[in-house]
Amino acid sequence: MKKLVFRQAMGARVRGEALVAHDGFSARYDLDRTAGKFSRPTHKLAGQSYAGKILVLDTAKGGVASAWMLREMAARGVVPLALVFNSVNPILVQGAAFADITMLAGFDGDITANVPHRAVVEIDPQKRLLRLL
Amino acid sequence: MKLNALERAMRAGELGRAPQIALEHQSKVGEFFGAADFVEVTQAHVMADTESLGESGVAWLESLAREDGGRARVRVATITDPRGTDFAKAGVLKQAGWMLQLERRAIDALVRLGVSMTDTCINYQTIQAPTQGESVAFGDTGVVIYANSVCGARSNYEGGPSALAAGLTGRTPRYGFHLDSQRRATLRVKVTSIPKSLNDWGALGGVIGRLAGNYWAVPFIEGLEDSRPGSDALKHFGAAMASFGSVAMFQLPGITPDADAGKLRVAHRVGQAEVKALQQRYSPDGEIDVVVFSAPQLSLYELRALAELCDGKRFVKPLLAVTSPQVKPDADRFGFTRRIEDAGGHVLAGMCFYQSYAREIAEANGWKRLATNSAKMVNILGGYGYAPVLASMERCVEAAESGRLK
Repeated sequence: MKKLVFRQAMGARVRGEALVAHDGFSARYDLDRTAGKFSRPTHKLAGQSYAGKILVLDTAKGGVASAWMLREMAARGVVPLALVFNSVNPILVQGAAFADITMLAGFDGDITANVPHRAVVEIDPQKRLLRLL
Repeated sequence: MKLNALERAMRAGELGRAPQIALEHQSKVGEFFGAADFVEVTQAHVMADTESLGESGVAWLESLAREDGGRARVRVATITDPRGTDFAKAGVLKQAGWMLQLERRAIDALVRLGVSMTDTCINYQTIQAPTQGESVAFGDTGVVIYANSVCGARSNYEGGPSALAAGLTGRTPRYGFHLDSQRRATLRVKVTSIPKSLNDWGALGGVIGRLAGNYWAVPFIEGLEDSRPGSDALKHFGAAMASFGSVAMFQLPGITPDADAGKLRVAHRVGQAEVKALQQRYSPDGEIDVVVFSAPQLSLYELRALAELCDGKRFVKPLLAVTSPQVKPDADRFGFTRRIEDAGGHVLAGMCFYQSYAREIAEANGWKRLATNSAKMVNILGGYGYAPVLASMERCVEAAESGRLK
């Protein structure tokens, strides 16, 4: 079982299918939050549903709105199960803290090259680990 | 995190439940980033439009306002980013009644918490610019990058819940751009062509934002020393850089206090070709549905320039110009609003276009091809189903008159 170690973590232990892309993430810029899909046409996950998935992406982008939006998405049950980034900006961290969403960040290397798209993974925030199952 | 006596009292709930909730949230974030302690802030700026909050966010704000017998109040000056509507112009946008109702509930809750509804993303032009070294908790990416890079103040991106928490506690975790170590240049960029229009400045910011690529990068930008950009140009430059790259600070020699490239070598050269390439990605000619000037809100001088362009014209497509509630009365007094509206345009205040249910108003009005001079806005609106077009203010006004971008 491959284990990947991160420097930053928060939230509960979760297991699920990973959507992986070397692209950014912004709840405002990239998502159709009503449909639960990536909607920015140029996003590498455009058209794919993110609900209940573990998103493995390069970095957080843009706007401060994501801090509110993650909680609103969680309240409707159309929300990623966890967020995993090479690096993250404070907004996504604030949003994950506000919405109680599991998050990992701070990976030495490119996490998107280390997790296959649609792989089943487990995240253990206490140990700051992502396990490929 | 190390807490002082006041922070320990807040955490224990001795100052009420609202500051306790706020400090608990801030501690989670601070611990994630390894913050050693808190830093006191003088101002907080809260992004809280209801398109972002949704029903659940508004209900949370209302529950917070009910804490402590309804006596919970912010401890430092706390102001707001643009709202999701201009109530006086909601009909022009064809916004639904439930949107306005949600806005009213959010405003009521924020006011009860002692927040001043300034509804602006250009508070550094209209309310009070922070000074060099001043620690603040600002909640709009364009405001943060301007505060760090032009004013020499210190702020991280503070999302709505965190900025409000900072207002309630009067502090924020000391990490990121509150630390000297994070404010050093990490990337040296040489610009070989000085931008002319606001659209050019925004596009240049977008190019550099893409090159920098993440929040922790601080581009040192040379080649603009003789450009004398002024506040509006730097506003578009920074807002686009933040939007395209999540960048929170740049260093511009002659503008940024203590700008220093250190031993960095030039990693990228950016000239007219790179700027044009970004602009052309958003500039097909042809019919347009609506023209919007927003993101960031327009200054009085931008409205003056727009009014001059509108004189003698009659628009066949809607033209919306969005400004702050502080600027609007002066635009009215000086006749800028009348001149824009005589041509068939609308001047809206206290909102921002993309924060105002952009997807729903596009569907209600049949808007898809939107022309603007804001690089930030074209970057955002693709995700809302628009086909945005980036052009100068002059070309956008001509497009409103002819219905086509030429």
